Amino acid sequence: MRDRPLVAWFAVGCAGIAILPWYALADSIFSSGWLVRGFTGENAPLWWQAWAHGRAWLWPVAALLVACIAWPPRAGGSRRRQANALIVFAAAGFVFTLGQGFAIGPRGWSVDAAAAWFGPITTGQPGMGTGAAMALASFAMLFSLGLARRGAFKGDGFVAGSVVSVTLAVALFTFFPVVRILASAFEDTAGAWSAGAFAQRAFTGKIWGLGCLGGGTRCGVAWNTLALALACATACTALGLAFALIVTRSAFRYKRALRVLSVLPIITPPFVIGLGLILLFGRSGLVNQFLELAFGVVPTRWIYGFQGVLLAQVFAFTPIAFLVLIGVVEGVSPTMEEAAQTLRADRWATFTTVSLPLMRPGLANAFLISFIESIADFGNPIVLGGNFGVLSTEVFFSVVGAQLDQGRAATLGLILLGFALAAFFLQRRALGRRVYTALSGKGDAGLPTPLPDAARRACYAVALPWAALTIVIYAMALAGGFVETWGRDYTPTLRHYVKAFGVEWGAHGLLWTGAAWNSFWTTVRLSAIAAPLTAALGILAAWLITRQRFVGRSAFEFGTMLSFAIPGTVIGVSYILAFNVPPLEITGTAIILVVCNVFRNMPVGVRAGMASMSQIDASLDEASGTLGARGWTTLRTILLPLLRPAIVAALVYSFVRAMTTLSAVIFLVSAEYEWATTYIINRVVNGDYGVAIAYSSVLIVLMVVVIALIGWLVGERRLGRRGAAAPGRGVGQLGGSAA
Amino acid sequence: MAAATIEFDGVVKRYGDVVAVRETAFRVEAGTLTTLLGPSGCGKTTILRLIAGLELPSAGRIRIGGEDVTERSAAERDVSMVFQSYALFPHMTVLENVRYGLTVGRRRTPDADARAREAMGTVGLTGYDERLPSELSGGQQQRVAVARALVLEPAVLLFDEPLSNLDARLRRQMREEIRELQQRLALTVVYVTHDQAEAMAVSDRIIVMNRAVVAQEGTPRELYERPRDAFVAGFMGDANRVRGTLARRDEEIGEVRIGGATLAVPHRGLPDGEVDLAIRPEAIAIGAKDGAPIAGQVKKAAYLGGIVEYTIATGVGDLFAVSLDVARPHAVGAAVGVRIAPQGVVVVPPDAPR
Repeated sequence: MRDRPLVAWFAVGCAGIAILPWYALADSIFSSGWLVRGFTGENAPLWWQAWAHGRAWLWPVAALLVACIAWPPRAGGSRRRQANALIVFAAAGFVFTLGQGFAIGPRGWSVDAAAAWFGPITTGQPGMGTGAAMALASFAMLFSLGLARRGAFKGDGFVAGSVVSVTLAVALFTFFPVVRILASAFEDTAGAWSAGAFAQRAFTGKIWGLGCLGGGTRCGVAWNTLALALACATACTALGLAFALIVTRSAFRYKRALRVLSVLPIITPPFVIGLGLILLFGRSGLVNQFLELAFGVVPTRWIYGFQGVLLAQVFAFTPIAFLVLIGVVEGVSPTMEEAAQTLRADRWATFTTVSLPLMRPGLANAFLISFIESIADFGNPIVLGGNFGVLSTEVFFSVVGAQLDQGRAATLGLILLGFALAAFFLQRRALGRRVYTALSGKGDAGLPTPLPDAARRACYAVALPWAALTIVIYAMALAGGFVETWGRDYTPTLRHYVKAFGVEWGAHGLLWTGAAWNSFWTTVRLSAIAAPLTAALGILAAWLITRQRFVGRSAFEFGTMLSFAIPGTVIGVSYILAFNVPPLEITGTAIILVVCNVFRNMPVGVRAGMASMSQIDASLDEASGTLGARGWTTLRTILLPLLRPAIVAALVYSFVRAMTTLSAVIFLVSAEYEWATTYIINRVVNGDYGVAIAYSSVLIVLMVVVIALIGWLVGERRLGRRGAAAPGRGVGQLGGSAA
Repeated sequence: MAAATIEFDGVVKRYGDVVAVRETAFRVEAGTLTTLLGPSGCGKTTILRLIAGLELPSAGRIRIGGEDVTERSAAERDVSMVFQSYALFPHMTVLENVRYGLTVGRRRTPDADARAREAMGTVGLTGYDERLPSELSGGQQQRVAVARALVLEPAVLLFDEPLSNLDARLRRQMREEIRELQQRLALTVVYVTHDQAEAMAVSDRIIVMNRAVVAQEGTPRELYERPRDAFVAGFMGDANRVRGTLARRDEEIGEVRIGGATLAVPHRGLPDGEVDLAIRPEAIAIGAKDGAPIAGQVKKAAYLGGIVEYTIATGVGDLFAVSLDVARPHAVGAAVGVRIAPQGVVVVPPDAPR
């Protein structure tokens, strides 16, 4: 009975070797072209490739797969020896399959010894296809089953398989690209390893120059990025605190409305704030037009540059700081404040000596999250930056511009990654060291102390105008789609919507004539594919982290969370570098877009899952175990039903994030697979604001509908209480990068 | 600061429609330890918070040391409090915690550190200055909380279930220390607990609360021996509730018949006829069947080391009894005779209508 998984995975491997095309096809595996075209040629499976096309180095793959199940040759022998053999052959098979792929470059063998064994070749081989993927999966699973048979993971094959496959997936789609970007940064133009090339690219005046301090030319982009991030983080933290204090510690009447503001950045494509600012403060924006009309002030382009980007980022990321701080402010135990009061501290002294210091770790957290958001932001700098360059936009222009310098892009990406990781680790330390806001049970029956009057007035003075401005900007961004040309002709029109989303009845039925439909459906479809994968992977990883004990668990946790710290532009560049050539050639396909979204958003699923699982008593698992259920059964029958709110939250969040992402996918889109956000940004760059705004509005409305619909489907109370909190917590602890 | 009296005069506390404290009046004498005792939700913690100034009453006056403090905030009252959760500031060291009250507000004290160390000495924490609260054991945290409150030399010191987070052995030790400290420094202490034994061990006076009102106030002995109603009788230690008939003999003593037993107990002014009786378990003696006024049968027996607990089925109902005679236990099912000592029997006035 226990051999059933073994046989099943062996069968998968056999199918991968014997039937399915070994190499990647020009068209999708889901189109039936390869079936019709038959077995030979480029569609051939492994054995045909090896036999008829002289690719002898493929034979060992088949041999190792057979050995996995056929060794030791005679029945008998201890179970342990069988398991050892399985581990060895499966591992060898996996390594060899990957190895032969990487050993062959575009001009033949890149490892000389291989040429001696398998004979010289002069061309490369295509990228791995479905067959190869299945063979690799089969080897990985057979390896896991071997481990389980040796007693690892308490002998649970499902746990072993999950750990191995999540580890491999993270290694392939997070670590491997990062390693590739590292390597590219150190390669000179000829492709050889050279520290000098890196130094030359990394330490130039364009990156680290300090010209602006001397009143001269511009500063380097690294300094620009840092200065922007520090200013943005300071402002966001201060504003976020003001909002959080108003909501929790004052009698302010519209608290709910303020909370709604905190959802906005999640459902908003990253450049919408920038667009709104342009419509308000740009050269032909409302404010400038009014000033010109009333006082004859000549309109300027002051919004473009540092101040404009900063303004947009503070609008965009204050809600995130607010979300972090509200939990912290609520978590400050009222009993602490009451204790201070019984010790003769008046309200102001209580606030400054007890409440604020207790919030300090939370403030640090909010600051660092805003910092990370700012340096990772791509949408606002590209819309409002003008001549003010930051690392994320420079990375982009190095790849897509006339420069086309991948080495430079990699180097810039590396610097950006360095900043992000440094901030990420600082944040985790700030969180880890002293957290004062733990909820203790019964003793905390006290009432939160109202704010001292001075502090309350300061909060109102800062936060309320800001909230009003936020609403105005969103209103502006939505209204802009309904007029002819903003700034010149305010005639109401639906022209932009028709242009983007026009539908006609043609001779053959419905015609999607709008220009936006292609990118729209691609985005919806691929996001819908990515969301369940993200949620499943995230929940699975969370389950392994919280409920299983295995060697390297903390490294495993780190690996699953790492991608959240990597700015989107860096991911984009690294994916191009890693997946543009065989054996893993998936750029330009839909796969890479799905994969990119899955691995960028997975940490949210992990966080949501971990948070919920820590609320489910481990004794439930143990009870299930003592009743005879193994890992998979326990997960399926006990935990998953209890985790429904977390699963829904992860689903919604990953779908919405995928729909509104920009910074990573902008590197990965192709003519066939265009993303909604990249389509919009192209319209913006061309000055076609009308369509861009109309499209953005449709996206926002769609996001709201999706969230509401799922909330309704799942039952409002659940999503409202726990589900809504879960993504928030994820954002709070991780620092999402909406860009 | 000298210890002060506390007076509640018609104090009411409402939260919306919910009445947490009904019209309440009592007086706590200076230099005494008074316990607020009652089941959870009875309003005892609310009264404590009203004394501290953490809540303000909906009606009525509160006086401390003869001075009306009804409208004053916590910071303006000469009252300190030891919280159930201790509420030690986690971002401050022990010394910083203890001297906190001396360094904030208007009355900054120049020798704050010296006085803080003195208070720490009082509770036996010398040398723990630089520790963080998280590095202390539960008992030590408790002492820091006490020292922090003591250092201000408050007119009134409040304890909100201070022992509930400690284990049983430490609880006995800490309650003795609190009592000893209170007597040594002649403090006015108000102490909240739901543990009747704890209350009897430390208190000069006990105020028993039930459903937002004072059920009875008095010394521990008064409450145990002359409970005003069934609730107090039941809350102040175990009591068997049985029905009996009362016949007055003179101004003070009446004759009570329970089954076949006739006992002389104070009639407490109740009219003749059917009455409620509370019988303490230790007043019930179990012996040979012959000649005993009440016949019974052992229903349950639990050996607890020093004592044996019995449940006896009798004609007047099941009786819960405690016997020190562990050497000759009665087996379950055995027919026994029950005698009742009059010292452990109280006639209970019916619960006052509410």
